[in-house]
Amino acid sequence: MSNYEKDMSVNNPAKKTDETPLLEIRDLAITFETANGPVNAVRSAHLTIMPGETVAIVGESGSGKSTTALAAIGLLPSNGRVSGGQIFFDGEDIAHAGEKRMVELRGNSIGMVPQDPMSNLNPVWKIGFQVKETLKANGLAGSNHKERVAEVLTNAGLPDAALRAKQYPHEFSGGMRQRALIAIGLACSPRLLIADEPTSALDVTVQRQILDHLDTMTTELGTAVLLITHDLGLAAERAEKLVVMYKGQVVESGAALEILRNPQHPYTQRLINAAPSLSSRRLQSQKVKDALAGAVAELDEPVEAGYTPSPVPAKSGLPSLRKDAEPGRAQAGDTILEIKNLTKVFKLRGALGKTTDFKAVDDVNITVPRGTTMAIVGESGSGKSTVAQMTLSLLAPTEGSILFDGVEVNTLKGKALFDFRRRVQPIFQDPYGSLDPMFNIYRTIEEPLKIHKIGNAKSREKKVRELLDQVSMPAATMSRFPNELSGGQRQRIAVARALALNPDVIICDEAVSALDVLVQAQVLNLLNELQEELGLTYLFITHDLAVVRQIADHVTVMQSGRVVEASSTDEVFNNPQQRYTQDLLSAIPGATLLV
Amino acid sequence: MSENLTPDKDLSPAATPPARQGKVSSRVIEHYVAPLEETPLSAVDSVDVTAAPLSLWAEAWRNLRKQPLFIISTLLILLVLVVAIFPQLFANVDPTSCDLGNSAEGARSGHPLGFTLQGCDVYSRVIYGTRASLMVGLFTTIGVLIIGGVMGALAGYYGGWIDVILARLGDVFFALPLILGSIVMMQLPAFRENRSVWTVVLVLVIFGWPQIARITRGAVIENRNADFVTASKALGLSRFKALVRHVVPNSLAPIIVVASISLGTFIVAEATLSFLGIGLPFSVMSWGNDIASAQPQVRNNPAVLLWPAVALSITVLSFIMLGDALRDALDPKARKR
Repeated sequence: MSNYEKDMSVNNPAKKTDETPLLEIRDLAITFETANGPVNAVRSAHLTIMPGETVAIVGESGSGKSTTALAAIGLLPSNGRVSGGQIFFDGEDIAHAGEKRMVELRGNSIGMVPQDPMSNLNPVWKIGFQVKETLKANGLAGSNHKERVAEVLTNAGLPDAALRAKQYPHEFSGGMRQRALIAIGLACSPRLLIADEPTSALDVTVQRQILDHLDTMTTELGTAVLLITHDLGLAAERAEKLVVMYKGQVVESGAALEILRNPQHPYTQRLINAAPSLSSRRLQSQKVKDALAGAVAELDEPVEAGYTPSPVPAKSGLPSLRKDAEPGRAQAGDTILEIKNLTKVFKLRGALGKTTDFKAVDDVNITVPRGTTMAIVGESGSGKSTVAQMTLSLLAPTEGSILFDGVEVNTLKGKALFDFRRRVQPIFQDPYGSLDPMFNIYRTIEEPLKIHKIGNAKSREKKVRELLDQVSMPAATMSRFPNELSGGQRQRIAVARALALNPDVIICDEAVSALDVLVQAQVLNLLNELQEELGLTYLFITHDLAVVRQIADHVTVMQSGRVVEASSTDEVFNNPQQRYTQDLLSAIPGATLLV
Repeated sequence: MSENLTPDKDLSPAATPPARQGKVSSRVIEHYVAPLEETPLSAVDSVDVTAAPLSLWAEAWRNLRKQPLFIISTLLILLVLVVAIFPQLFANVDPTSCDLGNSAEGARSGHPLGFTLQGCDVYSRVIYGTRASLMVGLFTTIGVLIIGGVMGALAGYYGGWIDVILARLGDVFFALPLILGSIVMMQLPAFRENRSVWTVVLVLVIFGWPQIARITRGAVIENRNADFVTASKALGLSRFKALVRHVVPNSLAPIIVVASISLGTFIVAEATLSFLGIGLPFSVMSWGNDIASAQPQVRNNPAVLLWPAVALSITVLSFIMLGDALRDALDPKARKR
């Protein structure tokens, strides 16, 4: 089957006019029956995939992109159904095909790589068994199934496949699991592979390797790919064709680069403007923008890329809007946070009660000037979050010191520690975990004021209103509960809570990583405006270098607990010194597409 | 195909590849743009303020009040409660004024369920027996919640040696079956000679707390590392206050479910002990005692045994049904998809 494909798409690319599409979705409507009545998740969606082509569906969460793909493989949740339109697979309408026919198609005609490599492999079965299961289900196992399994795993880029096949999923890293899932998806050489956010849970460099590999394999097999992603940069880079979905509808579709360079629909334009991977400059607050525009007009000379290498001079000329600035507060520019030779050793419990030392953070030095943003970048396990925890004085360092405004943080006790808490606040990654679900928004934002016994009930309510206004949330939000808010809204509430005590430093631990692109841009803009307005200092911990460029003035790159590179953002992006930094930078999807 | 092995770059980093330029298809791809009227753009992430605010409890209540299981069980429990508090509203015959002349008589006007061997009114005894049974169930549950809840919360939250000691202590008690342990305990002279509602409650609490402690411990462990707890610590809240203010309220749901189910089982345990003659003293009217005294006559006058047993079953069943309904409403994971 795949040979025929190859003939069609690889060897005869010219022969295209009389091709039948491999998958054609026409006017598809999908309805979910919920407790609150039927919900139209997808309305009049249409898309066409030619043999061997890679098509990407892009959209925010809830836009119906995964639902559309699941309908194509007949795996809609039990309360969902195709309520209109057709799905043609190789000329056959499978929108309402019976379960028996779908089982025939799945695996050997339509394969699937699911989103989360951590939960999509069965932990109690060996990897090899799970691959064999797929082969058997499609009658491809044969008598030498061991060799077949090894072959399939080798093709997916797993070395020592015969040995690996005997291991359990927990012995695999995230990237290796995703490779195993790709192996399973492609085991029977399907003609169409549906990849639902195949790399969203992985580090950027691993993500890149996996996608490169997926590319190579599908090109070789002539497999068409339906790639579902929220990352426009990634989609544009990997697919020939883009389909942009918004609120269950296809709002724009066409050639990937064409859409990227010439977006027509306002939603697509919005997406492209917000995509961090496609942007190449730091965000600027409205104030600085105006000031710069003024300067440009006056001097009649362009400011390079609209970015000021050191934001301090640009800002110092502006009047501080901070009303409650203490008179003794030092001017912007001095060092507010100094991390010196910071080391953290964790004792890992080994077999027979033995412990082994694990250096999570190794001799880290970071200096953060007041009023600026320092980003700490690294992949999972690089120790960046541990640094954040120690800076918040939630974890004691093994060695080294953290000076906050010249005072050693780790020796703080009692009252002094309590006062320190007022001045350094965290914002966490998971918007669903960082607000107490039992507290309404008013209580959530009021809590810090209550703990520090600030004001009375009336003045606290006033303050909560002000804070909500600062994070652009309506005052009516006060009586709501976190479960009624979206991820981005919760994150803005978390920002409001952090601001309640007028802190000097806010430590953002992957604060925007879990958000949709547009919402992420909104929160980043908010953080940036607040920095300008309140003179805040941010320690911004992230794995996403693209976001760093938008928000940070300085960058510290960490790898396995060590600092490998530290410099200004411009310096790091324009002239990365270390291989690791270069790898990270080149792994940003779509970074080179618009330049 | 196997020659086409790509080295695992997870393990051995390859050279930095050149910048990618995206794919260009050789096919003609039509550029489609949906008309804007069809899907109007809305503001990014605006707050929906149309619906009324809904706390988790309010949401649970909204789910619960539509459930027949919940409605039936709550009505039954309310009825049982009213009967326990105001038995005189339901029976105007004194359950203790027994006339041997009526011994084992059948039902007649004013005495709908007949008489016991001692000539006491069965209906009135069933009504008045409610209070003792319910008191034992209620107070045992309260005691178990306090002891088990505190032990479980401390063990789960602080971990370390506190957890080791408290968890093992719980396991020791858990290993003894509730009824067996209570029988042995009630035989001890100190308890045997001071039998009352309170001694029964005390004994049941001693053997009943580990279950609640386990549930609490599990729920607390699940919540103790939540970001909102870390956030409140970073705001300056002490560790203990964070437990009380954030961890415990978020751990209540499973505890409430288990507590309401075990309330039923404690009532059964009391009835069992009383039936065996080592629970409540005979001077206290209770369903267990009535079942015990009716037992020798089960062949020729089974109704006398039947009615207190029915009352007992309905009460226990309604608490277990309530627990089931609460479990569905409070535990989103158990909800049907």
